[in-house]
Amino acid sequence: MSRSKLPLTESHEIFRASARRFCESECAPNQRVWEKDGGVPRAVWQRAGELGFLCPRVGENYGGFDADFLYSAIVAEEQARAGVMAPTLSQSDIVASYIAAYGSEMQKRALLPHIAAGTAFGALALDGKMTARREGQHYVLNGGTNFVVGGVDAHFVIVAAKTGEESTLFVVETGKTEGLGKSKAIKKLGQAASGTIDLVFENVRLPSATLLGDHEGLGTAQIAARRTEERLLAAVAGIAAIERALQITTEYVKERRAFKQRIIDFQNTRFRLAEAKTEAVALRIFLERCLRDHLGGTLDPSDAAALHYAAAQTQCAIVDDCVQLHGGYGYILDYAIARMWTDGRLAKILACTDETVRDIVAHK
Amino acid sequence: MAREIVPRFADWQAAGRTPRELWLKAGEAGLLCTKMSPAFGGGGGDLYHSLIIIEEQTRIGFNELTFYLHSDIIAPYIELYGTDDQKERFLPRMARGELVAAIAMTEPGAGSDLQAIRTTAVSDGNGYRLNGQKVFISNGQVGNLICVAAKTDPHAGGKGISLLLLETDGADGFVRGKNLNKIGCKAQDSSELFFDEVRVPPENLLGGVEGQGFSLLMQRLPEERLIMAMSAVANMEEAVRETEAWLAARAGLDAVRAKLAECRIKTRIGRAFLEDAIDSFIEGTFDTIEGAMIKWWTTQRQNEVCDDCVQLMGADGYRMDNIVTRRYADSRLGRIAGGTNEIMKDLIGRSL
Repeated sequence: MSRSKLPLTESHEIFRASARRFCESECAPNQRVWEKDGGVPRAVWQRAGELGFLCPRVGENYGGFDADFLYSAIVAEEQARAGVMAPTLSQSDIVASYIAAYGSEMQKRALLPHIAAGTAFGALALDGKMTARREGQHYVLNGGTNFVVGGVDAHFVIVAAKTGEESTLFVVETGKTEGLGKSKAIKKLGQAASGTIDLVFENVRLPSATLLGDHEGLGTAQIAARRTEERLLAAVAGIAAIERALQITTEYVKERRAFKQRIIDFQNTRFRLAEAKTEAVALRIFLERCLRDHLGGTLDPSDAAALHYAAAQTQCAIVDDCVQLHGGYGYILDYAIARMWTDGRLAKILACTDETVRDIVAHK
Repeated sequence: MAREIVPRFADWQAAGRTPRELWLKAGEAGLLCTKMSPAFGGGGGDLYHSLIIIEEQTRIGFNELTFYLHSDIIAPYIELYGTDDQKERFLPRMARGELVAAIAMTEPGAGSDLQAIRTTAVSDGNGYRLNGQKVFISNGQVGNLICVAAKTDPHAGGKGISLLLLETDGADGFVRGKNLNKIGCKAQDSSELFFDEVRVPPENLLGGVEGQGFSLLMQRLPEERLIMAMSAVANMEEAVRETEAWLAARAGLDAVRAKLAECRIKTRIGRAFLEDAIDSFIEGTFDTIEGAMIKWWTTQRQNEVCDDCVQLMGADGYRMDNIVTRRYADSRLGRIAGGTNEIMKDLIGRSL
């Protein structure tokens, strides 16, 4: 069952090797430092840009290389496999896909090459109470958005605001926009290197060219259309994390001894790992099915939602079991499995919204 | 299924067994031994034919193992490992439903641990004398061809086990015990069997060589477990479909929707998991560990999903005339049969 049925070419594998090298040698050793700093140095983003990890699917004229979705999946997978939480490469990919899909030619030219090069980083500010009032050639934004992941590092955010009844997306530069307030970085359970903030908008005047899309009111549909890919990438990362947790824990229980035998020699240990291993296999099979469907343009969005939900639930359950199998060491943050417990908990929060559940049930 | 089984199914459940006429009609319709070579009267099909029969059975709630044991487990033993004489004598009659087959492995003191069986088959130069006792034997009441696992060498452990083909009609010393009253799968007879100096002719030793029983049984287990997974996935899909139809007529809470979503996810992953396993089987790479994984996972999820469906239906979920309730009761067997799920996890755990 480990055989992959994805249409992976030699180019994909070369790209994977490069992503693995970057994550393992340039990111993984620095995670603790970046967590303390609450962000990732600019040079690291630029290095990721040089290597082509930030928005591979964007067209060549905008700095990408017209890659298929598997390239994005490879980046997400290698990052999770190496236990690297920052830089949030997939976030860059997703934000770029908003611009590529909905942006005007001017917006694409202004942003995509910089995203690709790692000189501009975007964040999504889609949750909150925001209004946008039209005034001539401008919009005036008021309100606030919560939990903007990567907001500390962001050069721009994509903001959802109500224009009348409907929602509209705007691209807002964070550096020099008058009336835009940033909170201090929010202290989180995990993932400290992706500095997360709240944003407050007080009569922020934006030129109408900052609107994302052909006209007002498209926001909800635009977000929904991007969500399937977000879910796939989240599931890729979640399943890679499960496999990593299993590998770390299997190695640990083979070494560690208690009561004159190895931990793995207890049947209880083997049962728990056998269950986890099977869950991982089942999820990977379903993931590959969804990825193939997506490449072929036939993916049912409810399947992506189901995959996302299941991957997140399973990740948290298995990592929790793995902490348990580590005993006291599982509670110590110097151990990778403890980090995975705190960092990974976010997955379930993102995947288990009422909306996800509705999406799963609504289709078919 | 619709014409012959649905109208009579409740009677069979009450009787705790299927009638012989069903087997003859199934044989006539070409529903038995679909994979067997046409040279012996079989359908010449493949695993997909087994899948279709399982799914169509499951659709009407006929979750009993009857046909698949006969067609997909026992007939292949004879076709793959039997002597030419055994194939000629038994297979065409099995395909026609004249012979109904059972396989007798489990004993009161030996379930998943097959090597611990105590039934003996002692050769006296003119055949074997079979002595011992079996339990939980599916088709044990209806069957008239029983493949009995017995020790031809009581001192050789697994290597002392042989399979003997016993035609029960007129077999002196062969007694069927109680038809056991089970939680579910009510139309599936499950019997005690007793053997007291039962004579089996030497030409009925499967394959003609003693001591091969254990390894033959082990070889077929992954496929048996794959077929159990087919049943499990189909059964949970049907349970969810039926529950959704029931819910559609009633006002729902958010919690109902969330529970339903979980059921949907499990069936969806289960279906993908199953299709991958079938591909692997067709490619010839399906092995013991894959068999163990797909079996425990799908039967466990089946049981959980059916339990959730019962819960979602409230009191209606507790009525035995509700097909979903029956699916729930039937599904409980999946975690036990074909090697318990604990055995599955032990197999997987040892491979890590």
